[in-house]
Amino acid sequence: MQSFVASRQVSLGRLKFIIGGLLIVAAIGYLIFSATSANSQYFLTVEELKSRGQALAGKNVRVSGAVIGNTIQYDPQSLTLMFSVAQVPGDNSVIDAQGGLAAVLHAAVIDPSKPRLKVVYHGPRPDLLKDEAQAIMTGQLGFDGVFQANELLLKCPTKYQEAVPNQVQK
Amino acid sequence: MIPIFGFGILVITFIVSLYGAGTAIYGGHFAKKNALAWVESGRSAMLLTFPLTSMAVLVMIYLLLTRHYEVQFVYSVTSDSMPAYLKVTALWGGQAGSLLFWSWLMSGFAMAAALRKWERDRELLPWVVAALMVTLAFFIGLTVFVQGEGSFERFWQVPSGDVLTAVFQPAGSLPLIPANGEGLNPLLRHPGMIIHPPMLYLGFVGFIMPFAFGFASLVTGRADDRWIRVTRRWTLIAWLFLSLGLILGMRWAYDVLGWGGYWGWDPVEIAALIPWLSGTAFLHSVMIQEKRGLFKRWNMILIILTYCLVIYGTFLTRSGEFSSVHAFSESGIGWPFLIFISTTFLISLGLLLYRWNDLRSEGQMTSLLSREALFLVNNLLFMGILVVCFWGMTYPLVSELFTGQKVTVGPPFYTGATGPLFGALLLLMGVAPLSAWGHSTLKTYGSAIWKPLVVSLAGPVLALAVGVRQWAALLALWLAAFVLAVTLYEYGRAALARHHRSGESLLVATWRLAERNRRRYGGYIIHLGVVMMGLGVIGMQFFQTQTQGTLKQGGALSLDSYTITFKDLAVFDTADGRNVARAVVNVSQYGQPLGDLYPRRDYYYESQQPVTIAGLRSTLAGDLYIILVDWQPISSGGTTFKVFHNPLVSWLWIGGLVFILGTAVAAWPDREAEAVKQAAPAPAAVKV
Repeated sequence: MQSFVASRQVSLGRLKFIIGGLLIVAAIGYLIFSATSANSQYFLTVEELKSRGQALAGKNVRVSGAVIGNTIQYDPQSLTLMFSVAQVPGDNSVIDAQGGLAAVLHAAVIDPSKPRLKVVYHGPRPDLLKDEAQAIMTGQLGFDGVFQANELLLKCPTKYQEAVPNQVQK
Repeated sequence: MIPIFGFGILVITFIVSLYGAGTAIYGGHFAKKNALAWVESGRSAMLLTFPLTSMAVLVMIYLLLTRHYEVQFVYSVTSDSMPAYLKVTALWGGQAGSLLFWSWLMSGFAMAAALRKWERDRELLPWVVAALMVTLAFFIGLTVFVQGEGSFERFWQVPSGDVLTAVFQPAGSLPLIPANGEGLNPLLRHPGMIIHPPMLYLGFVGFIMPFAFGFASLVTGRADDRWIRVTRRWTLIAWLFLSLGLILGMRWAYDVLGWGGYWGWDPVEIAALIPWLSGTAFLHSVMIQEKRGLFKRWNMILIILTYCLVIYGTFLTRSGEFSSVHAFSESGIGWPFLIFISTTFLISLGLLLYRWNDLRSEGQMTSLLSREALFLVNNLLFMGILVVCFWGMTYPLVSELFTGQKVTVGPPFYTGATGPLFGALLLLMGVAPLSAWGHSTLKTYGSAIWKPLVVSLAGPVLALAVGVRQWAALLALWLAAFVLAVTLYEYGRAALARHHRSGESLLVATWRLAERNRRRYGGYIIHLGVVMMGLGVIGMQFFQTQTQGTLKQGGALSLDSYTITFKDLAVFDTADGRNVARAVVNVSQYGQPLGDLYPRRDYYYESQQPVTIAGLRSTLAGDLYIILVDWQPISSGGTTFKVFHNPLVSWLWIGGLVFILGTAVAAWPDREAEAVKQAAPAPAAVKV
């Protein structure tokens, strides 16, 4: 009888730790779940964004493309930056098969038949924004078909073995 | 010739490290006779790797300093115009050199391990040698065998006109010797960036030590905490460097990247953070094993995880798997890394399962408020943050796998999910130091905590008084005040007691107390550092303000209590190949002039890369951070500035210093404690 009581106490003692632990794990799980559903964005290519355009209008998405140098316009008065990007594949293996990122970016910029996307960004002009840089933008596609970027990330694979792009945030 | 010499040294190092691992394993397990001699031979090999890698590094530094641009790595990170010190530090400015540098640090640690006294734990030696040497062989092997990754590969022009890289001259090709190199990316030419990678790497490499000893305990079946005690200092030193590396990286981002922040939840930042998270959890939970003999399996899991995350962190920065600010080019070393990580992980995990029953706890937790239970919560929270980070990084891959659609999460995800967890950690940091080991009741606990709890309310009350109304900010400030109050209360109470007992002056008593129990009081100093850093984070997260505008000469912008007046602008070339645009702005607060700032933009001709250098006015209350965005000739047009007011951000850096200081106190060699430990051996294991 005594040993039965003792073992019951032990299991009760364990139970409170198990319940406590589960509560914490559940809280962490909830945090991850809610933060994911509130903040996830589709990562698309220019082509995908254009083809799904209206369905995604107003939603936060991330899109990657090649910066076309002669489309860059910057108005320092209002800090408004406008440029166009050209379609580059989203899949790393496809990029590799086509000769690496630098070659793909170059091909995208010189080929006028590739889908293009107009981008507007408000803020300082990033140091790495130039022709044939890869731009990764977060923002929304407007109903006018212009992409409103809130965040702009740039990579320049042509110049550096490991490019350190400039990160700008609003 | 010289590059081939360097390559030859690496090949020899590779063979020596494999030899070391092989002989150690043979002597440790298979040898029927002369086992000791086999193991000693492995130990000697381990000793030898350091001079070997040192030589390879010296060869590389020689090449970097002497314009050997025919070597691809030298070409990619140096140029004629760079000063000598930058050419040396360019060693870790690219991936081939980084791998070499990593291996050099690794072999330095291995030599230190070979030279330690092994009398008391002879049986661990062969397996420590094996773990360290296999890891080293892997990293050296990458630079030797993977085409395109070699540190000493040169350019060759083949008849078709293509240029390729190889160590030895391919048949029919001609050497190609560029006249000048590309030069180190200007963004990396910053003091923070020059010492940030070595610190981070020291931290990474340092965590391999406790893993090697843990691994050795698993192989030999030693179930006591010897491996933890032996590597305690190693772990703390590794942790110190890893923390320092992270803090320096934040400072670099703040100074150089020019977006007024210090942490962007970039995959590479996270890759460096996650081993720190599991390492920090490990650092806390080993204390429970030392004190109470609990959590033996958990500690093994943590150190195996930390080791794998260290290798994974090195891999992430190199494989190009994730797009990132740091974005090393895509390379052929991703697969070898992945295979190595999974193999070591599976072997260690298999060993752990094999020893599962030997690693039973020697006791049980009884009270939810006991120190050990709170340490467990600490571990859960650190692992929770780790899971958040890991999930955020792998979510794009996972979503693509299951839905065919790449979905990513950005910084708001990380701040949203980790913010409450960091807050909970602060709460714990306040609650835990007042709890007792073993058994703790609400009543004893309440009597210990009420005083600092009441005092801490001053924090949010003060904040309310100055007009803070965001509940999250108030809560965060209260948590910071609570930790501060508890830590000072604990420290002060003990110092006061010592002062009364021994008659030492209060100052001396405070010092002696820390000296007597370095880990405990070093830990409190670290906690104080965390509170200060927390203040900086709170300032940036909740109270950062910004404005921007285009000013004509004499024009002004205002932000909060500051007024920024544009005085002058000069554009000029420098001797080292930069074009500099430098503005002079005057800053005043409440009409009181505070002085001039010089935000500027340097354009590096050689690398066609501009670098923005903010004008920064730093005080304990907050920073004024001014970026020169755009300019016209001073007579014709306006000059555009972006201005950030970053309240309290200085505390992030001051707290970082205090944090490192506390770690140094905890890690400082402690002869007295060693002697005590030897006099009183750990109690025999109690079977439950």
